[in-house]
Amino acid sequence: MDWKVKIKVMLKKSILDPQGQAVEDGLEALGYNNVSEVKVGKHLELSIEDVATEEELEEQVEEMCERLLANPVIEDYTFQVEEMEG
Amino acid sequence: MKFGVVTFPGSNCDQDCYHVAAEVLNKPTDMVWHKDKQDLSEYDCLILPGGFSYGDYLRTGAIARFSPIMESVIEYAEAGGLVIGICNGFQILLEAGLLPGAMKVNDSLKFVCDYTKLEVVNDDTPFTNRCNSGDILEIPVAHGEGNYHIDEEGLAELIANQQIVVRYLSEEENPNGSVDNIAGICNQERNVFGLMPHPERCSESILGNGSTDGYQIFASIVEYLSKRGEECGE
Amino acid sequence: MENKPWEAEGLTKSEYEMIVDILGRKPNRTELGMYGVMWSEHCSYKNSKAVLRNLPTEGECVLQGPGENAGVIDIGDNQAVSFKIESHNHPSAIEPYQGAATGVGGIIRDIFTMGARPIACLDSLRFGDLEDQHVQFLFEGVVSGISGYGNCIGVPTVGGEVHFSAAYQDNPLVNAMCIGLMEHEDLATGTAKGVGNPVMVVGATTGRDGIQGASFASDELTEESEEDRPAVQVGDPFMEKLLLEASLELIKTGALVGIQDMGAAGLTGSSCEMASRGGAGIELDVDLVPKRETGMNAYEVMLSESQERMLVVPKKGKEDLVKQIFDKWDLNAAVIGKVTDDGMMRILNKGEIVAEAPARSLADDAPEYERESKKPDYLEEAQSYDWSQLEEPQDYNQALLEVLSSPNIASKEWVYQQYDHMVQTNTVVLPGSDAAVLRVKGTEKGLAVATDCNGRYCYLDPETGGAIAVAEAARNVVCSGAEPLAITDGLNFGNPLKPEIFWQFEKCIEGIGEACLSLGTPVTGGNVSFYNESPEAAIYPTPIIGMVGLLEDIEQATTIDFKDEGDLILLLGETKDELGASEYLQALYGLETGQPPSLDLDLEKRVQEVCLEAIKAGVVKSAHDCADGGLVVALAESCISGDLGAKIELVSDLAPSSLLFSESQSRIVISVAEEDLAQVKKLAAAKDIPISELGRVTGNSLVVNDLVNLEVGELKKEWTESIPTLIEG
Repeated sequence: MDWKVKIKVMLKKSILDPQGQAVEDGLEALGYNNVSEVKVGKHLELSIEDVATEEELEEQVEEMCERLLANPVIEDYTFQVEEMEG
Repeated sequence: MKFGVVTFPGSNCDQDCYHVAAEVLNKPTDMVWHKDKQDLSEYDCLILPGGFSYGDYLRTGAIARFSPIMESVIEYAEAGGLVIGICNGFQILLEAGLLPGAMKVNDSLKFVCDYTKLEVVNDDTPFTNRCNSGDILEIPVAHGEGNYHIDEEGLAELIANQQIVVRYLSEEENPNGSVDNIAGICNQERNVFGLMPHPERCSESILGNGSTDGYQIFASIVEYLSKRGEECGE
Repeated sequence: MENKPWEAEGLTKSEYEMIVDILGRKPNRTELGMYGVMWSEHCSYKNSKAVLRNLPTEGECVLQGPGENAGVIDIGDNQAVSFKIESHNHPSAIEPYQGAATGVGGIIRDIFTMGARPIACLDSLRFGDLEDQHVQFLFEGVVSGISGYGNCIGVPTVGGEVHFSAAYQDNPLVNAMCIGLMEHEDLATGTAKGVGNPVMVVGATTGRDGIQGASFASDELTEESEEDRPAVQVGDPFMEKLLLEASLELIKTGALVGIQDMGAAGLTGSSCEMASRGGAGIELDVDLVPKRETGMNAYEVMLSESQERMLVVPKKGKEDLVKQIFDKWDLNAAVIGKVTDDGMMRILNKGEIVAEAPARSLADDAPEYERESKKPDYLEEAQSYDWSQLEEPQDYNQALLEVLSSPNIASKEWVYQQYDHMVQTNTVVLPGSDAAVLRVKGTEKGLAVATDCNGRYCYLDPETGGAIAVAEAARNVVCSGAEPLAITDGLNFGNPLKPEIFWQFEKCIEGIGEACLSLGTPVTGGNVSFYNESPEAAIYPTPIIGMVGLLEDIEQATTIDFKDEGDLILLLGETKDELGASEYLQALYGLETGQPPSLDLDLEKRVQEVCLEAIKAGVVKSAHDCADGGLVVALAESCISGDLGAKIELVSDLAPSSLLFSESQSRIVISVAEEDLAQVKKLAAAKDIPISELGRVTGNSLVVNDLVNLEVGELKKEWTESIPTLIEG
């Protein structure tokens, strides 16, 4: 089966996010005073072919995240999978 | 005594490191290509140079870390070989797990190229033996992601093991916001050293503001290797 | 005909008729598109050629003049320098980061296409009023685009200039210059010849990005331009780094006939220019071009301006060698066609002819126009402005601080700290001096490089302004210890169809030509950018001069900073009552008017000669071009950079404002040890130039008569904090 995967990589909660802070300041400068806790992360989309079950797929995506797509020292990741319409 | 300088696609300080090793230190030096997994035992010191390996896409050093040559570099380091990673080379060492911690975007969110003042924290390493702890070195940085991060536990460990080799002199001198003003660290065994500043850019007095403090790092390596050679009866 | 097909391609009706004549039939859409880009001002120089012919392009050192990807000059020892400046103004106005980044990428490609390894970049930038938020957005975007591209590819950005004036409010200027170093035998050209030789496209894949960028660059900016984003390409400096290494490796093999950057007008421009230069034809099949998008038609493939691509013509049988080298660097290399002998550009799609036209007609036969020219009305009134009617400042300390903190004068550290200016370990003189100086590894030599242009002068007196741009660029190079060799020119003007604009253009070129002849620095190439206008007005005429100079002995590299307590400070040249068009008028009174300073080219040359002779004699400790901001600003900058004070006693009949802030040309402030004074005076006397003793390097304050008395720390603070404060608040 073929799958569409969406992965979100964010800095861990405990890690200071200077980009998020800068965006927050920018929004405030535009008058949005009710915004807080801005975080900037990465969004990846990819297609994966020939994986039989969702379980198997999740295992592969997790491995890819741990090895390359996220840096476990400072980043967390979450992902969604979706079967591709044939 | 032979140096090897690893070229990754996107390395741009590889020739600068080669120049210092071959022309300034006057030592035999090879360029080592990233695609070749190979026996590196002929080298006495490997330099992972600065630059933007694989464009620094995804994360600095993240893709270079999986180059075939890195398997060999890891083997080489585990066998006790000297490895110095400068700037992007440091980032690759972190990604490869040869050094602890991770790199974040500079606090300023801007690339910064400038001289910085560093304090030698540990002079008992193959890379700093010609300095004394407390010495101040003036060495330029040039990076957008040099904001070194490690958690509290890790930091305590680095301090306890004297793995912090150089620190930016003060908060004001710190160009990127790194934890504890860290500029460069080594592993527990002392044979792997990573730093953000570029010693190869200040190893000749003709360049820039005339500082040659970077030469002290390379000369330390040569001194360490010479002594080790004598002990081994080479 | 029910519509006007030429309009979509930026052509006129009469141009369309010429094309029908050339082809003997109506062109199809692909053909018309190809003529459209090739006959745009950007590619054909149709409105400027006639005037540009007046520039001196020959000189002893010139190995390659205008007409190739970049000029090349000899620097001895079988070494040569390739250099060129190019504008990327319109793309930067729309999307500042990518516009500037791809500008840098384009000029770097021009240099390594010549067979030279790029060793430095400079960027000459113009923006509107820095207090304006949109201007800040453009400024920050452009600087980070230059930084993002140049730093990654590993070519140091060592200099340039940044100026701010309301004249550039909606139309910033981004001119990037690159210089490269090569051995003579590696000189490559963009020529296709040898029937049957393969034509290959190498580097990145082709997508729909930047279609019609060249015609876009030849339009005025309108409100809708901001919606025009698809015309802006995205740069990939990592890809270009690989392309650079692969191309230089390929050129070294000697397997090439020709190589050409795919810049403006993409595959169309590169293929027909190469064919035309070689007097040959090219046949290529768009189906064979590696693409990143599906369903692209011939028109799109031929006009795509996807970045980081080159067209190469190897010798027959060397296709595999090309592929092997590019494969090593993980890059595409595909044969897409061959060289023919019929002089035709023949475009196929899956074997079927989709376009056919004489290569020469596309590349070289664009119509040439002599545009109407008329002296603008504003000039007379502006030039006769009498500044003596202004009240003298109450407090000259305050006046100096105001001029020093004007963004035009203030330290550009905020900018150049974002540029890697040290990579390649050749940077001997860092940014912030008069010129950047680079060593040439393996020799005793050095290169000094600078860009210069005062658009305000050019607006208020185009001929003198043009000449001053050359003179000042040369002076900057001389102050760094180098002999000026040659220039490249980035010519930025408004709409040439307006007679007043065309007059500015003609006059600027006249001035540049005179100065080049007088100073012995030929023009080796450059770029014309017209239509720099927004709904409000045209920009100031801004012919940016990029100068390259040679130091025989790198140890003689000289900087602006005062070195030692007790040294004597001397002025070569003399100060006249010339406050017109000055930074002083702008900073204190908000005036950009008056007659700009005069220029005596003969005196200029002698002043430069004396300075250089003194440097070569080893007696000059510091040298600083005395220009924008005037004498007191030059002194302040030498104090700030050296972290030393100076005690100055000026004797003159001039009003204090003029004495301190006049921008008289042909002046250089130098410092020397006391015992060397006699020698410098002798050199000055031999060339009959004015020389005066201004005072001494001493203490930690700058003191000028009883007019100025400020601590160097205070000067420095005002000078360095001005731009960051404006931006970051």
